[in-house]
Amino acid sequence: MSMEELFHPLQEPMILGAAISIVVGAVVVVAGLTYFKKWGYFYKNWLSTVDHKKIGIMYIAVALLMLFRGGIDALLMRAQTAVPDNGLLDAQHYNEIFTTHGLIMILFMAMPFVIGLMNIVIPLQIGARDVAFPRLNAVSFWAFAAGCGLLNLSFIIGGSPDSGWTAYFPLAGTEFSPTVGNNYYSLALQLSGIGTLLTGVNFITTIFKMRAPGMTLMKMPMFTWSILITNVIIVFAFPVLTVALALMMLDRQFGTKFFAMTDGGMDMLWANLFWVWGHPEVYIVILPAFGIFSEVIATFARKNLYGYKSMVMSMVVISLLSFLVWAHHFYTMGHGVMVNSVFSITTMAIAVPTGVKMFNWLLTMRHGKIQFTTPMLYALGFIPIFTIGGVTGVMLAMASADYQYHNTMFLVAHFHYVLIPGTVFGVLAGYHFWWPKMFGFRLNEKLGKAGFWFIAISFNVAFFPLFILGLDGYARRMYTYSESTGYGPLNLLSFIGALGLAVGFALICYNIYYSWKHMPRNEKADVWDGRSLEWATHSPVPEYNFAVVPTITRLDEFWFAKKEGRDITAGKIEKIHMPNNTGTPFWTSGFLFLAAFFAVFSLWIPAIISMLVVFGFMAHRSFEDDHGRYISVEEIMETEKSLRGDK
Amino acid sequence: MNKKFSLMLLAFGAIAILSGCEPLTVFNPKGPNAQTLSNTIILSIITMAVILLVVYVLFAFMLTKYRASKASADYEPPHEEGSHVLEITWTVIPIIIVAFLAIVTVKTTSTVETTPEGYDNKEPLVIYAASSNWKWHFSYPEQGIETVNYVNIPTDRPIEFKLYSFGPITSFWIPQLAGQKYAMSDMLTTIHLAADEVGSFMGRNSNFNGRGFAEMEFEAQSMTQADFDQWVKDVKANEKPLTEEKFKELLAAEHVGRSSYSSTHLDFSPAPMAHGDMDMGGMDHGDMDMSDKDMNHEDMNHENMDHENMDHSKKDAETHSH
Repeated sequence: MSMEELFHPLQEPMILGAAISIVVGAVVVVAGLTYFKKWGYFYKNWLSTVDHKKIGIMYIAVALLMLFRGGIDALLMRAQTAVPDNGLLDAQHYNEIFTTHGLIMILFMAMPFVIGLMNIVIPLQIGARDVAFPRLNAVSFWAFAAGCGLLNLSFIIGGSPDSGWTAYFPLAGTEFSPTVGNNYYSLALQLSGIGTLLTGVNFITTIFKMRAPGMTLMKMPMFTWSILITNVIIVFAFPVLTVALALMMLDRQFGTKFFAMTDGGMDMLWANLFWVWGHPEVYIVILPAFGIFSEVIATFARKNLYGYKSMVMSMVVISLLSFLVWAHHFYTMGHGVMVNSVFSITTMAIAVPTGVKMFNWLLTMRHGKIQFTTPMLYALGFIPIFTIGGVTGVMLAMASADYQYHNTMFLVAHFHYVLIPGTVFGVLAGYHFWWPKMFGFRLNEKLGKAGFWFIAISFNVAFFPLFILGLDGYARRMYTYSESTGYGPLNLLSFIGALGLAVGFALICYNIYYSWKHMPRNEKADVWDGRSLEWATHSPVPEYNFAVVPTITRLDEFWFAKKEGRDITAGKIEKIHMPNNTGTPFWTSGFLFLAAFFAVFSLWIPAIISMLVVFGFMAHRSFEDDHGRYISVEEIMETEKSLRGDK
Repeated sequence: MNKKFSLMLLAFGAIAILSGCEPLTVFNPKGPNAQTLSNTIILSIITMAVILLVVYVLFAFMLTKYRASKASADYEPPHEEGSHVLEITWTVIPIIIVAFLAIVTVKTTSTVETTPEGYDNKEPLVIYAASSNWKWHFSYPEQGIETVNYVNIPTDRPIEFKLYSFGPITSFWIPQLAGQKYAMSDMLTTIHLAADEVGSFMGRNSNFNGRGFAEMEFEAQSMTQADFDQWVKDVKANEKPLTEEKFKELLAAEHVGRSSYSSTHLDFSPAPMAHGDMDMGGMDHGDMDMSDKDMNHEDMNHENMDHENMDHSKKDAETHSH
């Protein structure tokens, strides 16, 4: 591959502009760190940290960055289709953009946002001092970050994947996609997928083994329950993706024919494998949001969660059903009436447990005392908007009717109506809710609420028209359409909504700056008059989370203790065992990134050398004698005193 | 009945207004199968509207009645564990709704997967529709003619489209006549439809298949049997037969205009087997050589595809199966 080919994306002025801004941004960060002599601080406190809270914050930082990147993609798509026969983007550029928009929003925005929040909150909610495998947690993050970096690099060097985020074969095979774009796809997703799989193992272990004394499973907060179930789904679903991506790589780079049109290859095998992972993936990003809404609604209705047991049960049922519905993504491939009917029924069945949750949330508010804070607004906005997504989901589940919705804007509208009010509102509610716990100050409520209203209203303006366009026969993924179709006005309306969404996200980002400058510090431990254990410890949380691990006797122990005037954090302070920081996860993933980067271009020698370094790090870890360290009682007393504010 | 009718009217009205008084394509069916789907969709919209209404009323009630600003300062919300009666209610009612929709789904799915009602006494007209790059090839084995990027059908006969693809998966869709179905390289799928009236309908590939996807449309025209026969006669009389060489040229092209031929490509390049007829052994395309190194996207070199060796006969499938 010649240099010219390698950098061919840069011939596109828009991509060149973006590439330049990335380089300038990187130079500014590096120069800033050097000028302020912060490299040591940065390496010691962030790059080599194993603290679950800091790892969580890094996940969320990446998620916000990717929200920006994926959002720009979305704006460009909507701008291109805002008027008929538009020439803003050509077909190739548009195809790359909708592909990366899907990949980035699902895998590099929704996933890290969810995983970031679970990192920060889960150990606190169950009264643990860290996750079960802190170093593995750092490996998870850095492997994910390597995958994320790799996918974003594709857009500058070699060209992005361009066959849809679903990468259906044979379109994604070398015959029809000869550029390296889909090599980036298989390797970037492989790296981040490994990170996610390790997170799954880590959090299942953490939740099973590290709960505070007395906290039985049925006394866990609902968010913890949702994360436990999510991680069980991760551990079952992600290996399928790992295998599918490995087969894809073999097909594209080693000449095998698993998904080829010839020699017994089966193109629909890829579609099946992809969705056996892909459908549970939807629930991996939605169940944590359900958990967050449960916490937020109970807190701001000032009432315990209605129907706790049925809430848990419904999530278990959803997780089981999530593995039994994948074929509804291709009812139209021509399997018989029988197969389509079975998958229709399993799919519609998911509406039942989801409905149970919806009614439980509504009934939680009955007899409550509802406060309209920013996180609560997101939780409340979720209910009416997500219900539209849910009922259109049932409509799509009907195989016969799906023959008319499949591959149309109706489907696009549906899944945005599920993922935005569900996942995005969920993580934004969690982000506003737990922000003071992370940083010790609140986000400004006025700006937060303005952001919510912009997002909630613009979202409907942007996506409701797509339902109508879909029913009018507008297929998805078309880079343009002719004026005679009559799709123009509604597309323009949708573009206006997209602009409004951009304003909303800009407000959210501005709020970080504004609140950092202006909001009062020394936020108290229990910011919102909360119910679960994370509110029992200081804001921001000290490294060791709890000076004394509380004992639990019932659900919402902290809430009842407050009512009874008990202090559940009182007790004798003892020295605390904590894991040591280590830079190896960062460097291991750095070399993993290099290995994958070389593999994208089939440069096998440097790829193998980089991989050997990775194995070297792993071997070194196996023989390393690291038993962690202790924080002394005096140091803890000192920290507690200063956090409590008594000088 | 009256109530249901007014609801229907309301739904139709809303849809009509939203689309500038011209009914949306999916709600403007011109054949029995598209009609079935349109009815199914309207029925599901009405059902879902009822569910939405229940949720919205409850939501509005909770938000207006139980807001903090309405409660006294010392009001302390009670502790409520849940209610078995309520929880069973909102589990059982959705189950009933889902069961109802499941019955509708199974019934309508089997309806649209067979010869349309009212046409079942007539022999269906079989048309092969194959996609290559960003165009469609239509072969009429019965008439012995072939067209590119347009398809004509008679009105008073059921039609069976047999779909397959010379490349990526595409989806064959004429929304006003029937729902869509995938066209794949290794198996044949079938769409059943019929046109009730004479007209011209938009048909397209709805499954993304690369650079030229947006333009991959064709016109489906329904005409009376007499007009159809006349058209066939004209094609047979005036158009050249489709040679293997010409067909390869067509396959390699990216976009082409309309054209007609007085023979089909099926004679020298048969279609793959139908989905139902196939088992694992039957999927052996070993004789189909597409692995030529020189092949790239720009000039899809279909000369290398030895279609004559593509033997999909049932006998071959059986010898391969285990």
